[in-house]
Amino acid sequence: MAETFACSFKATEQGARSCISAVMQQLRDIDLPVNRAGDVQIALAEAVNNIVEHAYSDLSDGEIYIQCDLSPDELQICISDTGPPLPNGELPVGLPADISGPMETLPEGGFGWHLIRALTCRLHYERQADSNQLSLFFDMQAKQN
Amino acid sequence: MSLTSTEANGAQIVTVNADRIDAAMAIQFKEDMRSETESGPDRVILDLSLVQFIDSSGLGAIVAAMKQLGRDRRLDLAGPTPMVEKVFRLTRMDTIFNLYASLNDAVSANNT
Repeated sequence: MAETFACSFKATEQGARSCISAVMQQLRDIDLPVNRAGDVQIALAEAVNNIVEHAYSDLSDGEIYIQCDLSPDELQICISDTGPPLPNGELPVGLPADISGPMETLPEGGFGWHLIRALTCRLHYERQADSNQLSLFFDMQAKQN
Repeated sequence: MSLTSTEANGAQIVTVNADRIDAAMAIQFKEDMRSETESGPDRVILDLSLVQFIDSSGLGAIVAAMKQLGRDRRLDLAGPTPMVEKVFRLTRMDTIFNLYASLNDAVSANNT
């Protein structure tokens, strides 16, 4: 049987923090397996941070809407925002950051999509009317990463 | 969030007194690390035992803190909790930093 909840938050850095804590608490309340919680929290934080940073960078009052559906086999988290579409309307590839160079050239960002891809078993993105819908899928039966 | 420093075995130990280093505080963390480590021993150990969570912004701020020390000084990490260790491992940043399971391990490790 699937458990579902939905909530929405202001797309600011503080809003993102409240959002991630509230979603994680609600997932714990509906018995998200403890050994999957870390992966979910990291991927969720990266996705929400991307929206705060990019989707609403020019606006002050964007909202992020999150819906979670948890079943014994799978957790689906659908995150929507009304910011501009992803570049080319596609999910970024999320290559691992290049850390092969000298210390001064080590990257300080650009890790997010790689982390999201590493921690989810599937992603789905679509543009509906004026909103972005990003779904993160987590296999509940898998061992944590 | 605050940073407090002590010294042991010739190294500066900077303790992060916060349960997370995330996007909301990454810039502040980087600036606070800059002042905290402006001058001091060549070896700085960042004690992360209280930090339950970092996101990629927090990771970036730790990388920035290391770069701020410059080539002649080193930033080692102590006591990463499971989610923090996971973020370092998935980004392969655990090959860039020395991660020690505990502060004691970090302090007593020989410099190489």
